[in-house]
Amino acid sequence: MRYQFMTAALAVTTALPFAGPAAATDLEVTHWWTSGGEAAAVAEFAKAFDATGNRWVDGAIAGSGGTARPIMISRITGGDPMGATQFNHGRQAEELVEAGLMRDLTDLATRDKWTEIVQPKSLLDGCTLDGKIYCVPVNIHSWQWLWLSNAAFEKAGVPVPKNWNEYVAAAPALEKAGIQPLAVGGQPWQASGAFDVLLTAVGGTDTFLKVYRDKDAEFAAGPEVAKVFKAADDARKMAKNTNVQDWNQATNLVITGKAGGQIMGDWAQGEFQVAGQTAGKDYTCLPGLGLNEVIATGGDAFYFPLLQDAEKSKAQEALAETLLDPKTQVAFNLKKGSLPVRGDVDLEAANDCMKKGLDILAKGSVMPWTDQLLSQDTQKQKEDLFSEFFAKPDMTVEEAQKRFADIVASAD
Amino acid sequence: MSKSERPNQLFRNLNAKVASIPMVLTALVIFVGGSAWTVLYSFTNSKLLPRLNFVGLDQYYRLWSTPRWLISIENLLVYGVLSLVFSLVIGFMLAALLDQKIRFEDTFRTIFLYPFALSFIVTGLVWQWLLNPEFGIQGVVRGLGWESFNFDPLYNSSIVIYGITIAALWQGTGLIMCLMLAGLRGIDEDIWKAARVDGIPMWKTYLFIIIPMMRPVFVTALVIIAAGIVKVYDLVVAQTSGGPGIASEVPAKYVYDYMFFAQNLGQGFAASTMMLLSVLIVIVPWAYLEFGGRKRV
Amino acid sequence: MSDHAVSLPAGTGSIGLEASGPRGPKPRHVFSRRNIFLYGTLIVVALYYLLPLYVMVVTSLKGMPEIRLGNIFSPPLEITFEPWVKAWSSACTGLNCDGLSRGFWNSVRITVPSVILSIAIASVNGYALANWRFKGADTFFVILIVGAFIPYQVMIYPIVIILREIGLYGSLSGLVIVHSIFGMPILTLLFRNYFSSMPEELFRAARVDGAGFWGIYFRIMLPMSLPIFVVAIIIQVTGIWNDFLFGVVYTRPDTYPMTVQLNNIVNSVQGVKEYNVNMAATILTGLVPLVVYFISGKLFVRGIAAGAVKG
Repeated sequence: MRYQFMTAALAVTTALPFAGPAAATDLEVTHWWTSGGEAAAVAEFAKAFDATGNRWVDGAIAGSGGTARPIMISRITGGDPMGATQFNHGRQAEELVEAGLMRDLTDLATRDKWTEIVQPKSLLDGCTLDGKIYCVPVNIHSWQWLWLSNAAFEKAGVPVPKNWNEYVAAAPALEKAGIQPLAVGGQPWQASGAFDVLLTAVGGTDTFLKVYRDKDAEFAAGPEVAKVFKAADDARKMAKNTNVQDWNQATNLVITGKAGGQIMGDWAQGEFQVAGQTAGKDYTCLPGLGLNEVIATGGDAFYFPLLQDAEKSKAQEALAETLLDPKTQVAFNLKKGSLPVRGDVDLEAANDCMKKGLDILAKGSVMPWTDQLLSQDTQKQKEDLFSEFFAKPDMTVEEAQKRFADIVASAD
Repeated sequence: MSKSERPNQLFRNLNAKVASIPMVLTALVIFVGGSAWTVLYSFTNSKLLPRLNFVGLDQYYRLWSTPRWLISIENLLVYGVLSLVFSLVIGFMLAALLDQKIRFEDTFRTIFLYPFALSFIVTGLVWQWLLNPEFGIQGVVRGLGWESFNFDPLYNSSIVIYGITIAALWQGTGLIMCLMLAGLRGIDEDIWKAARVDGIPMWKTYLFIIIPMMRPVFVTALVIIAAGIVKVYDLVVAQTSGGPGIASEVPAKYVYDYMFFAQNLGQGFAASTMMLLSVLIVIVPWAYLEFGGRKRV
Repeated sequence: MSDHAVSLPAGTGSIGLEASGPRGPKPRHVFSRRNIFLYGTLIVVALYYLLPLYVMVVTSLKGMPEIRLGNIFSPPLEITFEPWVKAWSSACTGLNCDGLSRGFWNSVRITVPSVILSIAIASVNGYALANWRFKGADTFFVILIVGAFIPYQVMIYPIVIILREIGLYGSLSGLVIVHSIFGMPILTLLFRNYFSSMPEELFRAARVDGAGFWGIYFRIMLPMSLPIFVVAIIIQVTGIWNDFLFGVVYTRPDTYPMTVQLNNIVNSVQGVKEYNVNMAATILTGLVPLVVYFISGKLFVRGIAAGAVKG
């Protein structure tokens, strides 16, 4: 009798510690979302994940993806992986996957029918290698937006432009009113991204694909692309004297009406929102610079390093499900200013700009973005070139285009 | 000395050898091993992960045809020469001034030395702020009524490296001053007396008698300054992030950016091999003369 | 203000060279031309060195509206300690809004063992190199000195691999080892110079008395080397406390040292850059090494004299 009691008690006490961690597993999640809007958005993920009974351990690394990625990669290759980590889906994590360091999510994806819920389908392509799925896309971010300050144009006494060409024409008026026509922050990726946007908007989707997908160096040196460089030269002149580094500082110039506009991805929207501004009233957004309305399906995704710990692996699955959950998708993307990865969610609360984006998405005007087409190496060379181009007024358009063609020629 | 039963060379000074194991391991495994590993992989096309897939000298051809690398080298030369010369000159001058039996020597010395306690990250941030054209020195001078005053080194490609040098000197000269001061204090009073009796002017005494006598101090100072120059990285990152454009890039940043941001280990390793090579060419012969061999007189 | 930086070398130069004999008796006239020159120059240079600290402190005590108004040199109209409180306890990186406080203790836990281990290793090394030269020792020493010039970036990857192989990656001990390795060259140089400057007879006498390697080290060398230990401690405390690169690469977010958190706070721009919070955070981060310097002033110079001067 007593003996039985003892074993029962023993069973209870030993069972408890097992039950405990199973109910609440700590999962460290690294990401580089540290600006105001971004932090608010990631908090939605954390909240939803904590609600599953696990615990989100936040591993934010400030700076930008460029600062954070090396740290994440060292952690993974150094044998001390986190529970989950953000990457831009596409080719950033390609080799980690090939080296077998990342967890294959195919079973989970089949069970939860990701291929059916994730829209547009091309998003999952960025996560797929050799037919297996390795990441969970969480949002669609498109670069091709022009953000304009209504107040700035009012002050300059010109109507808010409807496209890039009108904007360039309005630049002298802005300048006369003491307003910085275009804000481009000093971080290299901003200059390079602005060029890519001009490439799609001024050159067209085909031009973009011919250069970056087909890597046609001859074409990149040709007259079509020369037109784009001419536009980049305009942008360079308009952006002269932007003395800020971070992208959100540049956005802040637009928010406060100190600058007329900024070419930046839809993540800038989160900043307008945090500042309490309304789309259409305080600011205007022009997808594709008002010239070529397409949405690039770049974005963020979460990868899950292969872990030995069974509890943590289970928590990883819980997180993956949470990330794609319709409610979380809505809450997260509204704060982040990005578009959800599922077509079946209700975005009632979306503002004007997001609705524009959703419409374009619904029309199917999507294209791949540089994260999917180019290696990080090529992207970095591009960044070096364009940050030099934007900072150095005496660098000629011809020289820049020649160097650009060289980069395209050696691109991979 | 230890003529025990075993005349084996290996066991002479056994304790000293055991005690030196950490040093030997560090020297061989980390410095030699790590460098060799880096050099080996610089001949491969390793991307995100190191792979032994040899491509000959491709990475080096690419390196030397990259404008950013060339700018980095040029910046390092300018920064290196300036900070070497000014650190030594300013450090020596300040030490000579403090050596004049002045009052409040401790106070002055602490003031000159305190920046050394601050990291390059902190130094970079403060000077970025001071040199900010809107709020900083330029803004203030303009506010005083001198409207055309221009001083924006961090936003002007052609002088940005000088802006970085100013910050580096602010941070580092204090330590050099301390070294020099220690050196000056170590010089025999009689030498000054003799020089005065012979009627040799002050500056000649310093230049031809005192400075040559302080050779070891200058050597130590040189090692410290030079090691800092090659490694300059945090300061640039904190102050300008290499900008405007790529005007203030330095080699160590190229290495880091290409290894990690660009996920092109091969290219980063090639750049670090070049840095290593230049360090070796300059340092090794000198280090052997200075520290190697038997005790000099 | 900028003139200071530019005219500094020339100004100090002429005075340093023309001033009448150093080492002379104390000048009798307090307001002699020499004194005016001497102190004038020193004060001007001191102002240049103090300027950044002044700006940091002043800025950290201002509110954001006042900062936007402009003059960074003007003293605060209304002193507020809010930025300090925010920097210490509530500045955000991502979802973590506990400021620098977390990083402070991490830094302590990293710095203390690293300083002890690195100095223990380097002092024994220096002693062996100075007094117990063995064949090949100089070669290793030269390698070590050359190692001081190798940019850390070059070593990041190999060390990641080595730490992974011995299973210490991401742990505190791993970081302590890394700090000990990279502190070794300069420290060993200092200790070696110091020990070789000690009278040879001392060592010989001890040998004759039959003392061995460790006996001489602990009973004779150690008690006599306080100044050089002070220097080593100062150099290591500042170096390790201020380290950013290793801290960020070889630790995980919950053990990030203070400098990494400083960088996170400064770079997590939430709308507008909060310069006052940044400055307060900057001063807080630099406080520990600053205090070490201020209290150890004289000893530092004496130790430097002993370790660096005699080659």
